[in-house]
Amino acid sequence: MTSSTLTRTPDATAPVPETGGGRRAAGFALRKLGLFVLTLWAAITLNFLLPRLMPGSPADAALAKLAQNGPVSNATKAAIEAQLGVPTGNIVEQYFAYIGQVLTLDFGVSYTFYPQTVSELVSTALPYTLVLVGVVTVVAFVIGTLLGVLAAWKRGTWLDSLPTLAGSFASAFPYFWTALLLLFFAGYVWRLFPTSGAYGPTATPNLSFEFLGDALYHAFLPALTILITSLGGWILGMRNTMISTLGDDYVTFAEANGLKPRTVALRYAARNAILPNLTSFGLALGGVVGGSILVERVFGYPGVGYLLFNAVTNQDYPLMQALFLMITVSVLVANFLVDILYGVLDPRTRR
Amino acid sequence: MTTQTTALPAIEKAPSPWQVFARVAATIWSNGKARIGISILGLFILLALFAPLIAPYGASENGFERSADSSWEHWLGTTAAGEDVLSQLLWGSQISIFVGLVAGLLSTVIAVLIGLSWGYVRGFWADVINFVVNLFLVIPGLPLMIVIAAYLSGGGIGMIIIVVVITGWAWGARVLRSQTQSLRSRDFVTAAVFSGERPFRIVFREILPNMTSLIVGNFFGAATAAILAEAGLEYLGLGDSSIVSWGTMLFWAQNSNALLTGQWALLFAPGLCIALLATSLTLINFGVDGISNPRLREGAKK
Repeated sequence: MTSSTLTRTPDATAPVPETGGGRRAAGFALRKLGLFVLTLWAAITLNFLLPRLMPGSPADAALAKLAQNGPVSNATKAAIEAQLGVPTGNIVEQYFAYIGQVLTLDFGVSYTFYPQTVSELVSTALPYTLVLVGVVTVVAFVIGTLLGVLAAWKRGTWLDSLPTLAGSFASAFPYFWTALLLLFFAGYVWRLFPTSGAYGPTATPNLSFEFLGDALYHAFLPALTILITSLGGWILGMRNTMISTLGDDYVTFAEANGLKPRTVALRYAARNAILPNLTSFGLALGGVVGGSILVERVFGYPGVGYLLFNAVTNQDYPLMQALFLMITVSVLVANFLVDILYGVLDPRTRR
Repeated sequence: MTTQTTALPAIEKAPSPWQVFARVAATIWSNGKARIGISILGLFILLALFAPLIAPYGASENGFERSADSSWEHWLGTTAAGEDVLSQLLWGSQISIFVGLVAGLLSTVIAVLIGLSWGYVRGFWADVINFVVNLFLVIPGLPLMIVIAAYLSGGGIGMIIIVVVITGWAWGARVLRSQTQSLRSRDFVTAAVFSGERPFRIVFREILPNMTSLIVGNFFGAATAAILAEAGLEYLGLGDSSIVSWGTMLFWAQNSNALLTGQWALLFAPGLCIALLATSLTLINFGVDGISNPRLREGAKK
């Protein structure tokens, strides 16, 4: 009884499921974990249901496509049918077979790149996306958040209007168009950068300085695109929360106490205002695995996003399902970790 | 006796939807950025409406010189299939505006229905809605959009609108739910509860009018997202590539190697139009933000 009253927030109207018992933090983490497992299960199930809810039979289209690449063994045929729901058993049996595949990470053979397996394709594409999108996401978050703090603190000056306006314009642009512009000028007109791929045609992927330099050179334009288009969101998010925080009593109090403006801005306002941006950052890190589909498509960059594009346009359903599942699960995991971290940083959210 | 009964309704009477709308519109218009946005949007709507009259040629009318540079006959040149770029641009504006309005409206309606009910109900059903909304919030939008579009291949504009709505309603529902929760404990709601109003009426007649600015803001946000999503899906070739929209123009530009041939108008014009349209909606939203959060109003100091 006492513990359940303890876990209640002042905002008693919120429909929060009570775990009943346990200490505050542990109860919080357990409840989050339970919710995470439930969401994960729902996402996996959604991935199973999607092809079955949609009209037409992906399996027939897939088998026809696979047959063009060469004779299809009976085992492959059975695997595809099991995965895509050609009725080889009732829906419950199919569902358990699918769960088994998910647990063993066995997603079968790709049709487009037959006889390569889905897991082989994914593990080749993943490093490129992780490095490219991952590094840019961190850089954009750091620069954007700092600019947001500056904009909010210098409200009404050009330090506010320039990054804020430029940021909102950049985020209203279709980002594949920004990518096309960069590709057109820097790639084709001025010939400063390569126009597609992750490394030159003669290079073989290894860890030599030569190859890494080449890879960096190829990654520059996609990276610049993602940076330009994502910076605005971080600036605006930080600026708007920071402005609300600056109006709070404790900031006014700190100012009235004669603390240095810099201290007030960073130690008091920014520290509290960064929480929502931190949440988005966690989610963005989870989204890194999915890559940046449109940017990777424009630059023909062989990451996960481009792989998904290829899977979709070639109706490669096993590859598509596996990629979608992987992208979703990484976002779910990131969201879960952010929730836990948020609870540690801001005890008010543990309710 | 009679004087008493006539005095009361004046206090109880809620502002009519038109009054609310007029007040919101006036506040938005008072914001400089929003005025620019409304002007740009108005211009696009006019161009889309009058496309049949203004456009020099039909949208898919081909047979002109292929990949031509701009000339007196073709102000923005022609495509690789010999179509007039300017005409395609004008006709294409209809699709973007239509998708933006319809998808924005539909996802706002769903967000309002779910968000407000969710904010009002308690217990089991609140948990269920919470779970479903969180699922849709967390599942990455673009990949889901692409996967659904792939399964529903070749459905045209209707399919794109459905896909955009499925992946786009959850955020609005969440925002509206928080506001409902904070409003439901206010005095006027308590008064309505005690006077025996049904929950449905309380939520949609008493609480809803107080959230106009949030809902309007949500509409513009959703419409912007829908326009960008439509363009992205069409650019990837996942929509109906036989229609003429700004997204398909970019798709064909990429397919016909307009980058190599330097067909600048074909590459820049559709993208610029999408960007301008989306920017106009973003600008209008600045004015809407000013209604709900006076701290963000033009010229307001901290």
